Amino acid sequence: MKRQWNWLIWVGFVVAVAGLFSYGFFVRFPITRDFPWANLLLFGIGGALLIVGLFRAFGRPQLYRGKIFGSILTAIALFLFGLFSYEIFYVLRQVPLSANAPRLGEKAPDFMLLDQNEQPVGLGDLLSGSRAVVLIFYRGFW
Amino acid sequence: MRSFQQRLSKFDARGIRVVGISVDPPDINRRQAQKSGYTFQLLSDAKAEVIRRYDVLHRGAGPKGADIARPAEFLIDSSRIVRWVKLTENIAVRARPEQVLTAFNQIEPAGR
Repeated sequence: MKRQWNWLIWVGFVVAVAGLFSYGFFVRFPITRDFPWANLLLFGIGGALLIVGLFRAFGRPQLYRGKIFGSILTAIALFLFGLFSYEIFYVLRQVPLSANAPRLGEKAPDFMLLDQNEQPVGLGDLLSGSRAVVLIFYRGFW
Repeated sequence: MRSFQQRLSKFDARGIRVVGISVDPPDINRRQAQKSGYTFQLLSDAKAEVIRRYDVLHRGAGPKGADIARPAEFLIDSSRIVRWVKLTENIAVRARPEQVLTAFNQIEPAGR
């Protein structure tokens, strides 16, 4: 008797991989970026499908395929999840303390910088005719 | 910064200027502004002098170990006093424009 194709393993693997690679999409929206629940959800669904698929493969090997490739794909998915978790829960949180940054009520340090049209711009220029200015320091695009 | 661009009219209406500061040179900033449709100014602090002055330097976090800015947002009033600060502990979590607008509304009641 020909054994059945264990589709749960394949679908689970694809969903888990999507959990990693969809980060570039979900990071565009604050609601899925501040905490990457959408990615973790995909990993969770993928992992659940893989586990059920593996149970089928090992529990009823006469019916279902996938003992070997199921184990390999599950190992790869686990590795990707580890990589993702390391980036999200460790690397992204390695931010300097900035203990000496200007605090509430303090005077903001002056500066003079070039804008995108090579024109010098100072804090005074930004504040002339404005009621306030928001300085957004960002990592850059390089 | 995309979210600030989307709410820029609300900042304009209150007389709040929005500017970005990074180590990127002006030509990269010009290209980035065009590509992303940013109409606010992007300032270039290539030597990270101002970034250091504000103590928002992230040592070696850029390409090839370059020093860059860590994400940080400051709201400064017309007397140059800092009225609101966000120093994130997670690179992925940035200030939202609504937080800045709320802070501004609290310090400057409407119709001053």
